[in-house]
Amino acid sequence: MGKLEETWMIVSVSILVIFMAIVGYQTFALGMGPPSNKDIIDPQKVDEQAPFDEPGVFEVGENKYEVVMTLETFAFNPGDIEVPVGAEVEFIMTSKDVSHGIQIPGTNLNAMVLPGHIQRITQVFNEPGEYLILCNEYCGIGHQAMFTKITVK
Amino acid sequence: MELVKNETVNQNKWLKLGVNPEDALISKTYFTIAFATLLIGGILGLIQGLERAGLYSLPSGFNYYQVLSAHGLLLLVVFTATFTMGYQLANLSYSFGGLLPIAKKLIWVGIVLKVIGVVMAVTMIVLNEASVLYTFYPPLAAHPIFYFGLVVLVIGIWAVCLAVILNYRHWRKTHPGQTTPILAFFAMGVFILWFFASLGVTIEVFMIIPWVLGITETINVMVTRTLFWWFGHTLVNIWYLVATSAWYIIVPKIIGGKHFNEKLIRLVVILLVILNIPGGFHHQIIDPAISLTIKFLHVFMSLSIAVPSLMTAFAMFYVMEKAGRKKGGKGLFGWFKKLPWNDVRFLAPMIAMIAFIPGGAGGIVNTSNQMNQVIHNTMWVVGHFHITVGVSVVLTFFGICYWLIPHLSKRQLTKRMNKIGVIQTWIWTAGMAIMAFSMHIAGLIGDPRRTSDTTYGGMEAALNWFHYEYIFAAGATLLMIGVIIQVFAVFHMMFFAPKGTTEYPVAEPEEDQPSVPMWTERWGLWSILLLAVVAMAYVIPIVDMIVNAPPGSPPFKTW
Repeated sequence: MGKLEETWMIVSVSILVIFMAIVGYQTFALGMGPPSNKDIIDPQKVDEQAPFDEPGVFEVGENKYEVVMTLETFAFNPGDIEVPVGAEVEFIMTSKDVSHGIQIPGTNLNAMVLPGHIQRITQVFNEPGEYLILCNEYCGIGHQAMFTKITVK
Repeated sequence: MELVKNETVNQNKWLKLGVNPEDALISKTYFTIAFATLLIGGILGLIQGLERAGLYSLPSGFNYYQVLSAHGLLLLVVFTATFTMGYQLANLSYSFGGLLPIAKKLIWVGIVLKVIGVVMAVTMIVLNEASVLYTFYPPLAAHPIFYFGLVVLVIGIWAVCLAVILNYRHWRKTHPGQTTPILAFFAMGVFILWFFASLGVTIEVFMIIPWVLGITETINVMVTRTLFWWFGHTLVNIWYLVATSAWYIIVPKIIGGKHFNEKLIRLVVILLVILNIPGGFHHQIIDPAISLTIKFLHVFMSLSIAVPSLMTAFAMFYVMEKAGRKKGGKGLFGWFKKLPWNDVRFLAPMIAMIAFIPGGAGGIVNTSNQMNQVIHNTMWVVGHFHITVGVSVVLTFFGICYWLIPHLSKRQLTKRMNKIGVIQTWIWTAGMAIMAFSMHIAGLIGDPRRTSDTTYGGMEAALNWFHYEYIFAAGATLLMIGVIIQVFAVFHMMFFAPKGTTEYPVAEPEEDQPSVPMWTERWGLWSILLLAVVAMAYVIPIVDMIVNAPPGSPPFKTW
């Protein structure tokens, strides 16, 4: 019994170690880590501070865009975004009130957007179409109405 | 050797004594509260399922988020905590031959405080003053009475923790040189974890109270979230530790086997207690303000809990195979058929254990950096915890009812009741399988959790997941039938079943086992190690969140 147990534990711990190695490689070598931006902002003065004094979509390079976005109950600003096919879009976001989340189904774009913190996440849109942008953190009575769309053409 | 023999004699004496009537009343009180809560929480769950699918709408004055707040608080905190205490205190009373008078007093004080606390919090939810969900993330700010209720609830839990620790120490003092009975050892692990888990949420609530009262103007959002998950995820593992106490010690007896090597069982308990609390960080993998390095460290810390779980899987298959072969099971899988599938006391925890395989695998997905990003805050997570809590934990709890409640009320588990239990177990399994599986799929295609209506103006993405919501509702309906049968069974066994005696099924060790090492009893040392692991996990990120904090947030009521 002792021997079997040992084998089982060696195999299981090895699987975990291999797993960690893969997750670590993806995170630190391939840059696939989850959104973890550390910039901060005064959540009560979002509108007065750059870049959020001017939310919008900005072309910053060849088919590269920045979306400077504020989230508040129950809206994304700007909404109804349009970008060309193949655009690499970096979302730079903060919340003006409570905790929100941004998610675009059909992509891996998923991030928490909290008051006082500036979150960044990048997504390349290779397929044309209309993508739903929704809030996935409960933010109040109108949470289900907090959505907009991004059109890729 | 002499001591080991004495212990066996003592255990046999307790076997005859069982749980005494005064202690039985404590456990029955807990079970009464637990199953009344399950009924209410279950109804609220069904209402959500139907509302989300668009099949029902709440009467005016009530909203989805209010129902969801109550469902979460009642089932995740009240049902699981009261069941856990009823069961663990019965185990303690059984193992120690009765609880100390001081422990009993503390426990009753605890019960009264917990009831008061829950009534305060739930009243605020019903009045729509606290639709902040189970996580109550600031800067959402509920009515102050909601938080005062949580404080009273936590003090009630601490009273019971203190009772258990006092009783345990007393037993150790009066039984020098002996290791405690294994079920008492589990109970100690559970309550130590309860205490340290609740520290995080207590600090959080003491940050919130002056803020909602207007004494402080703003609050640090990241720190409160982090402290919440210190508690929130440890709670999950408290349920799991409670369930494993039945898997390791009760199930082997029911299938006519012996329990696994006690030294290893104790090692699993100790590891679960020490490693648990940092697991909470994986709920914050896509948060800002925590660096990738810290997040990676926490992927590792969360995954470390898989090690004792894999040991448990090994142990359970070992014990079951041995018992099945003893009954004549031949070949590679013959032993499997020899297990008592028609005995609800086995069937329910067995399905619970099987569910832990997909549950654990889903948990590994949730805890890993980039995979978490795919499913974070989607219905996948809801499916995950309905499999883990709703099946692995709750079905184990249901299975325990069928011997513990008749034992406590000096009644019998009749053949008919066993059959009702078997039917209940299958209905529950079917309901959870349908609901949890469809939730996982819907989550993968992006259906968000905690949202009353996910049609999003008919956008194409929403059309992909919408039909799954009817399947959630169908699963929830089956589960409601399951709840009704279970609540009926519990109260029938408590008050109406024929008088008699029911066995307290506690497995014995195998014959050739070495004695259990005394060092496993060093709870002071385990608590220090637990704190050391907590310090490793929390000091850097929390100091960072405080030192590099943005200006805080004022309170918001957005519902």
